[in-house]
Parts: sequence; structure tokens; C-alpha cells
Amino acid sequence: MNIIDRRRDPGGKSLANRQRFIRRARALVRRAVREASAKRSIKDVEKGGDIVVPADGVREPVLRRGSQGGTREYVLPGNKKYIQGDTIARPEEEGGGSGASDGGEGEDDFRFALSDEEFLDLFLEDLELPDLAKRQVMGVEDTQPVRAGYRSSGPPASLSVSRTMRNSLSRRTALGRPRPEEIAALEAEIARLDEIGGNEERAAELREELARKQKRMRLVPFIDPLDVRYRRYDQVPKPVARAVMFCLMDVSGSMDEHMKDLAKRFYSLLYLFLKRRYKRVDVVFIRHTHEAKEVDEETFFHSRESGGTVVSTALEEMARVVQDRYPATQWNVYGAQASDGDNLPMDNSNTINLLKTAILPLCQYYAYLEVGHAKDDGGGDASSLWRAYELVARADERMAMRKVSHRRDIYPVFRELFAKGGASAETS
Amino acid sequence: MTDEAITAGKRKSRIVMASTAASSELLFNGPDWNFETLGRIFEAVRKVGEGEIGLDPYRTQIEVITSEQMLDAYSSVGMPLFYKHWSFGKDFARNEALYRKGWQGLAYEIVINSDPCVCYIMEENSATMQTLVLAHAAMGHNHFFKNNYVFKQWTDASGIADYLSFAKSFIARCEERYGVESVERLIDAAHALQSHGIHRYPGKRSMDLRTEELRERERRAHGEALFNDLWRTVPQGKGKKPATKKKLEEDQRKAILKLPEENILYFLEKTAPRLAGWQREILRIIRLIAQYFYPQRQTKMMNEGCATWTHHRIMTRLHEKGQISDGSYLEFLHSHSSVVMQPDFDDRRFSGVNPYALGFAMMQDIERIAMTPTDEDRAWFPDIAGNGDAYGTLKNVWANFRDESIVSQYLSPNLIRKMGLFRIVDDHDEEEMEVAAIHDERGYREVRRALARQYDVARRDADIQVVDVDLTGDRRLELRHHVVDGVILEEKDADRVLQHLADLWGYEVRLVESDDNTVYAEHKSEPMRPFA
Repeated sequence: MNIIDRRRDPGGKSLANRQRFIRRARALVRRAVREASAKRSIKDVEKGGDIVVPADGVREPVLRRGSQGGTREYVLPGNKKYIQGDTIARPEEEGGGSGASDGGEGEDDFRFALSDEEFLDLFLEDLELPDLAKRQVMGVEDTQPVRAGYRSSGPPASLSVSRTMRNSLSRRTALGRPRPEEIAALEAEIARLDEIGGNEERAAELREELARKQKRMRLVPFIDPLDVRYRRYDQVPKPVARAVMFCLMDVSGSMDEHMKDLAKRFYSLLYLFLKRRYKRVDVVFIRHTHEAKEVDEETFFHSRESGGTVVSTALEEMARVVQDRYPATQWNVYGAQASDGDNLPMDNSNTINLLKTAILPLCQYYAYLEVGHAKDDGGGDASSLWRAYELVARADERMAMRKVSHRRDIYPVFRELFAKGGASAETS
Repeated sequence: MTDEAITAGKRKSRIVMASTAASSELLFNGPDWNFETLGRIFEAVRKVGEGEIGLDPYRTQIEVITSEQMLDAYSSVGMPLFYKHWSFGKDFARNEALYRKGWQGLAYEIVINSDPCVCYIMEENSATMQTLVLAHAAMGHNHFFKNNYVFKQWTDASGIADYLSFAKSFIARCEERYGVESVERLIDAAHALQSHGIHRYPGKRSMDLRTEELRERERRAHGEALFNDLWRTVPQGKGKKPATKKKLEEDQRKAILKLPEENILYFLEKTAPRLAGWQREILRIIRLIAQYFYPQRQTKMMNEGCATWTHHRIMTRLHEKGQISDGSYLEFLHSHSSVVMQPDFDDRRFSGVNPYALGFAMMQDIERIAMTPTDEDRAWFPDIAGNGDAYGTLKNVWANFRDESIVSQYLSPNLIRKMGLFRIVDDHDEEEMEVAAIHDERGYREVRRALARQYDVARRDADIQVVDVDLTGDRRLELRHHVVDGVILEEKDADRVLQHLADLWGYEVRLVESDDNTVYAEHKSEPMRPFA
């Protein structure tokens, strides 16, 4: 008999198969992931969790007998009252009596758990930050020293003791510098000989040797300037690993629940996406009617407000918050604005102006989402805000705008904005 | 009342005796164990199993694994090495989800029919559970694997590990060379036909001259014994009509292809016109692996019965010998009784006859019949009743039967009564189901026959055969499902499988479902993406 301890063996033997399965069911899983994420709140979207895909898509068909028709017989245990010739009503569909062999039949849906990573990978497949924004992310002013080998001169603070001592040791060994113990031993020996006396010849010999060694010691210093090494640092630009995301939304009476829902979905996606790219993501909610206010998530989505619509107030508020708390040198700023397109006509020029001069220079990316109802599609002119923004978007790559009228369009629109290959496609 | 008190008293005193007799000889104390304990446990278990019961298992290799690794093992049918395929990932994902949610526990052990026999045991098990597991798997299952005739006939225990390793690397090489996608699609198709990739009868082995001669002599003796000159005088019939030319051709064609053939994968491997060599090899691999597992499907109930009976006996003996404590024994009984629990048919937990329960009950019953038979047993089982050799009888049963045959041979009226077995017939043309037989004098044989049929694997799988193909004509592959009792195939699945089959075959495929009188259904499939 052998006992083998397999507990230390690398686990995850099934990983490859699991990945194959997910790849296989990719389309299904992706759809399931999106459906699952629709039900969650903004900050929970990123969690992994149970995914249910229709079993049909990953079915492994086999030749087996159907569960209907024909004559069947069963032998069952636990008879209490039946005698031969009794009749029993046929149980409802999921035959309580069909204990025979129909394994794997109740398989209507296939449920399994995805890890956070897998969930997000599928969710954000093929997306990336627009090229422009990425460049800015990488090339910021802030730098940070990074170790880069050694050099022979430098400030005392960056002296590398271990490297210096290593050099010193090899030099001392090579040049034969006597060790202090050797000298001590010699001195002790001479002292002993002196004490017992008589051995003058031997003592003189030893003294001579001692003198030679002491001279050698003086000639070969313990540490030579040649040995000294300093740590070398290079200044490497530090990517700003923080982002702040501004959610701007019109909450005036004309925005109904449906529109808010669309906006919320878009914000969730953006949050998730940024979260993948930055270590820390802050979210600022600014809602506006004819005046703007920073609020928390709950209020942002759920409380009602009445009043006119002046978009520029929100932009002003955003500029103010950036100035107060999120200096553009240290934060990547993303703006996402959702509106039904209403704006006080006389405010339009002011809005454009603000956007061009104050907001866009701060932002990595600014997305404008015009939400509406499906029935509005096609018919009618573009809203006044849309027309105004169009001028800015054409001139500035950092700005993108889209119209969405149904929740199924949210994801495609989002993908369109961030699809690999850059944001340049959006001007078409 | 007093009787009970007395028996209870007796039992108690026995337990006390047992535990005081040799508490120093306890194999372990408490739930903790280490490798040394494990070795000691195994030796003690083996002493009872091989020494007292006389089991004859393969050498054992015990491998301690974690629950994660157990989950891994689940998804490759328990085998340590297996080729890669998404369907195993699917099983893994499902098991993992169920396990993490706590809806499904993990098996305490997995045992592999190989030589040496590999037992995976979980590190989470307590010392008692390890004892139970070793008795169950390393003794019970192991003995069964080595001695049962279906395993002997069909599996090569010493070669399986090497074969799986070959299969894995071969398939991996194919993936490298021909692309993961095309290999995966081929395996999908082969898996769909896996249940019909089995030889149900061992091939005829060529005989040596001695046996040939022996047989010839027997045949002659038989002929002489039956000789009767009167046969000569019996008027001959007109003789059969001479076969038409067409019929002759057809017969010849089928004879060349050895049709009809029920092993569809085998037929494809040998005959499919458009497959490449590596594709045939992969079909062969899948077919051989299905064949390796075929004995397990035929002996599920017996195998578990054998292992469960063995662990029960070994644990009881260990307790009697004072090698495990009362507490351990109770822990064992608790686990044992939940394993052999059989819910009644009207119970919410009912999901068919529990193979552990029926198997264990049958083994106990056979032991009882051998040792203390009643008159009824003597009438039903004259060959074994009261022969006084329970172990010998059981070992004979384990060696020479499978589920279907053990039930039809040894399911006793006593057990039928005890389990309250009854047979119902569900004819879809009738309004209601009928109770055809119950556990009474008139019903025993009928119930027993019906239960045996339920365990007959060849009957459970649909009888589908390749019946004809004209390789020089349109090459349409003709299959027939021989319908029994009017039960036809699940249509959607059948069509899907047929699609795979058509892709493998490369030409049209037709499956007719019929019995001798009626044609029930017909499926057709054209290849959509033929393998080539």
C-alpha cells in the first residue's frame, strides 16, 4: 500500500476545461452577464456571481428514449395500500413515478458561478479607453523615482552599503589584506614567546612578519573610494491612477423614469469600465434643473425636482467641484451627461462656451447621452442641445455624443464609444 | 417492556466489554489523523477484509486530496488524467456552483478501477470516515473490480492509466495540428454517440487447436445422442423460393460491411468514407473509454452493494475487536444509515431505487439465506439456502453476476416484502396506471422480473443499429431504432445527434423508428459541416 499526499499538487486542473466551456458558451454567457448586470446598482455591477444560461445552448445531445408515450413499467419501493389490479391516477407531468432512468431531464437552465474577473472580462470585452485619453493618462507631469542599478557617484543618502562592501571584500581578498584575527594571533604568539623567553630567534621572525602584515594592512585600506557604489534612480512619469467620474443629469419634469433608467445604465457601464482601468474611481453626482447641485446616488436617481432646464449650471458646478476637490493634474476626469435634450434656448451659447473653455480641457473624455422614447426615433428635428453640442463634438475628439431610446441600445452605444480602434469612428 | 430492557442491558454490557477489553488497541482517538494513522487503519482494515472475509483486491494506492481537487476529479469522470473538452468544464462549473451553495456535498472518496487501485480520499474526512472509506473503496470496490466477470471481460485495469495518458496527449497533439475548434467539434459528435459506441458482446477469440478439437468431439457426441433415423422419413417442404438477384446483392453488401452493427462509433471508425486517420483515432479513443465504463453501468447496484456490505462488516468487526471506539462506531452508523436510506415512492425525497440501499439489502439477505434460512428460502434458493458459507456465497455472487442477473436470481420474497416493492404499468392509451403486481405470492416473480429488466443496461439503452448503406450508390446511411413497448426517442435530441452523425458520415443519414408492425417515426439529416 502506498499513501500519496496530493494536497500540494497544483490545483485548477479543470481550469482549462472551464475556460473552454466559457468560451463555448460565450455568446450565451455574455447575454446572461448583461441581463444580470441590468438588475444591479451601479457599484454592484462588477461583482461576479451566479449566471444562468439556457441549457439548450450548451446541450450535449444523446440518443435516449422520450418521456412520453408507449407502455412503461416501474418497480417502486414502499407499497402501503395497493393491491394487484388497483389503478393509480397518472401523476402530473414531472412523473413522480418515473424513477426508472431518465437522468438529466430536468435540465432547463444551466446555472453556475462566475468569478468577478470572468464576469467583468466578458462584460467589457473588446473595450478600451480612447487613444487620446490614454495618452494623457500615461504622460502626466507627476514623476516618481524608480531604482535603476548602481553608479559610482552620488549623494551620501543613496550609498549602497551592501554593494560597496561586496566590492571591498573582493578587493581585499584579491590584494591579500591580512585579517585582524591573523594580526591578533601573531601578537598573542609574540607576547607568549616573550613571557617564557629563550626563543629570541623565533620571536624576531614573528615580529618581522607582524610588521610586514601591518604595513600591508595600511597599504590596502578596508574601504577604498574605488569600492563605493550609490543607488541610481531614474525619474519615471507616474500615471495618475485615479479617476473621477461626473454624472450630470437633467432632472426636470420632462425626464421620466424610463429616461432616468437609461441614464443610470449608461453610468453603471462607465463606472465599471473606469474601475477596470484605475485603482480608484470617485463618482460625483450632479443633477440640475435651472440650478445644479451635487447629491448622493440615492437622491440623484430617485428624488423628483421641478423647474426649468439650464444646462450650464451643471457644467459650472462640475467645474467648481473639479477645482475644489479633483485637480486635473492628479485626477483623470470623465464626464457623462444625460439629458432629454431640453435646454433654455438662450442658455445654449453659454453652455457651449463653458464646455469648450472650462470643461473639456479638464476632461479625458466627455460623453453626452441623449435619452428619449422609442417613438421619438427618426421623426422630428434634433433637440436644441444636441444641435449645440454637435458643433463642439465635431471640433473636439474628447467629446462624444449618442442618442438612446431603448435599454437594449445602451450597451451597443457604450461599446461604440469605447470600442477598440479609437473613438474616431464616432464622428461619422 | 422488560424484554427490551434486558436486550438493551445486554447490548450495553457488550459495548462496555468491547471498549474496556482493549482500549489500548484503538487505532485512533478522536477525529484527527496523520499518515501513520492512515497506514495503521489500512492494515487493520485489510486484516479483516483479506484475512477474515477472504477478499482479493488489487494493490492499493491511497491519495489524499483536498476538496478543490475532489471537484476537479468530479469533472473528469473521476479519472486523474483526461483529455480536455468543454463539456467537462460544464460539469465542473455545475458541481462547483452546487457545492459552493451547499446544495450538494462531495463524495468522501473516489476509487478508480486500475491496478494498483487508486483511492482518492478527502483530507476533510475524520479518522472514522477514513476508516469507512478505506473499507468501502480499498476493500469493497477494489475486490469487485478485480473479481467481477464483466470487469474481467471488458477492462484492462493495468492499462487504463497509460491509455488515458496516451489519449490525452494524442488529442492535445491533434489540437495543435488541426486546430482546437475542429477537434472539439469532432469530440462533440463522438460524445453524442458515445452511448452507442459499445460492444455489448465480447468478440470471439480464436481458439487454439486443443479447444477446437474438444468442441468438435462434443458436437459429434451431441449429434450421435440426438440421432434418430425417423427424421429421414419426414417429408421435406418445398424449400424456400430462390432469392432474387437484388436480394442477393443486398445480402452480400451487408455481409461485407458486417451489418447490422449496433456499435455506431465502431462502424464509423471503420467505414465512414471521408474521415481522416486522426479523426478515426479520436473516435476510437472515445469509444474505448465508453467501453471501459460500460461494466460500471452494468454493475452499479451490485458494486455499491458489495462495497457497502464490506465496509459494514469491517467496521463492525473493528468495533468488536475494540479497535475503534463506541463514538466512532456511532459516527459510522450515522453515515452508513443515511447512505442506505431508501425513501418510499411517495416520499418527497424519492428519486428511484437507491443502489446502495438495494445492494446492501441484497447482500445482507444472501448472507441470511446462507446462514439462517426459512422454509421459504429453502424453496426459492435450494442451491445456497443454509449452506453455512456466507462469505463464499457472496464472493461467488460478486464474481459471476451483474445487476440484472443478480436481481433475477437472488431477490428474495423476503426482501420484496421488506421493501414493499410493487410493479406498475403505465400504458399511455389508458386513463390510469395499473398496479400489475405487488409483494405477494402471486407477484414475487413478476416484480423480480420487472426489476431485473429495469437494471438491464442493454434494455435501457435504445436499440439502434446501422442496418444498411450502399457505398457504391448514394451512400445513404440507414439506421433503425427497434422500438420496444412503443417508446420512441426524444425527438429534439435525436435530431441533434443525427446531425452529428451525418457530419461524421459525410452523406445523408436516415433513422427509422419501428417495431415489427408499425413505423413510429423517421428522422433524416443531411451533413451541414461534414468532417473531412
